[in-house]
Amino acid sequence: MSISDLLKFGNKRPDEPVPAPAADAPAPKGPETVVPSKALTKFIAALQHQDAPVLIDFGPVIGTNVAFFGEQLGCKLHIEDLAKDIDRQTRAGTREQLPEMLAARFPQTDASVDGVLCWDIFDFLEPVAARALAREIVRVLRPGGAVMGFFCTKAVDRAGFTKYEIVEATSSLRHRHHPGTGGPKFVLQNRDIIKMFDGLSVSESFLLKSNTREILLRKRA
Amino acid sequence: MWKRDDAVKPTPAGGSPTPAGHVQSNQTVNTSPAEPVRTSESARGLEGKGPVNIGKSVVIKGELTGSEDLTIEGHVEGKIELRQNVLTIGPNGKIKAQVFAKSVVILGEVTGNVTASEKVDLRDNGSVDGDIAAPRVAIAEGAHFRGSIDMQRSGKPAESKPASQPQAQSSASTQTQPQAAPAVAGQR
Repeated sequence: MSISDLLKFGNKRPDEPVPAPAADAPAPKGPETVVPSKALTKFIAALQHQDAPVLIDFGPVIGTNVAFFGEQLGCKLHIEDLAKDIDRQTRAGTREQLPEMLAARFPQTDASVDGVLCWDIFDFLEPVAARALAREIVRVLRPGGAVMGFFCTKAVDRAGFTKYEIVEATSSLRHRHHPGTGGPKFVLQNRDIIKMFDGLSVSESFLLKSNTREILLRKRA
Repeated sequence: MWKRDDAVKPTPAGGSPTPAGHVQSNQTVNTSPAEPVRTSESARGLEGKGPVNIGKSVVIKGELTGSEDLTIEGHVEGKIELRQNVLTIGPNGKIKAQVFAKSVVILGEVTGNVTASEKVDLRDNGSVDGDIAAPRVAIAEGAHFRGSIDMQRSGKPAESKPASQPQAQSSASTQTQPQAAPAVAGQR
């Protein structure tokens, strides 16, 4: 290798393949950001009308969120942590089992839940698994109940999990890295979302600066 | 030559005695529901100073009740009742039991429902697979939890909820303040 090659390519040959990351390696850790959330404010407002509302959280447990929903809103919380399930199936290479697993995952009875915090879990599910999860959400949601979720607009081969912490008078969310192998991200078109949440209607939809759609769905009372 | 009587063994000088209230055993203690293990001062024959500590090697299967603070570093399966006291599950503690206590601090693993009349404190690297019922629940970063959390205060009337803007309560684990959207509030 000549000196000019070294200057041009560093110590790496131009045709040298870039080593692929290990399949079970965690996705790169991104910066923490605080993002305003209009849907969250409306989601909380929907819960405040219920007496002792029941809430399902699909994300990993966060102490401040638990304190807010439990102590201040008087919610009964179900922490389901689907990120952990997806991480486990991705590492084991058994993601095809996700639809079946999600269909049998939730012990809640029909129409027993007032709110569901999906966060961005749908981004990490293949369409078949996403439909299975949406069916379960529609099943457990009470009339008048609300569902909040983020939906990406760009597919990604491999992404890490994000956890969302409520900050700044509940009008913002701190996006924080969460360890785990999320796997690929899938894009659901608006029509796909409307179709798979059959029985719910899109109450609010916001496009964030990050090109993520923040959507609030409601079940008709 | 003289044969030493094995029944009388001299205490090694400088050997560390078992601390007061510290249970250390390699045996598994099986208890029936009719005969729960009691962590009372009379049962220990101790002065009752300091918390009781169940050591790493202790395995208890059955019902564990008591009237003093208890730290568990071993394994317990069954039921734990310390209704007036603080129960601490140490980093090495592994519990498969229904837990009832005044306050529960979890640094180890718990599989089962946890009920506290005051507070449940799930610390970093602590893990709970089960339901938590307590007026206050603190969950640290890095803790694992799967189950439900019910923070309704039993025996107290349900507080009326503010219509539009509830005030933030002083809490060690939260700094948030809810803010409702009047437009949505009016829709319902």
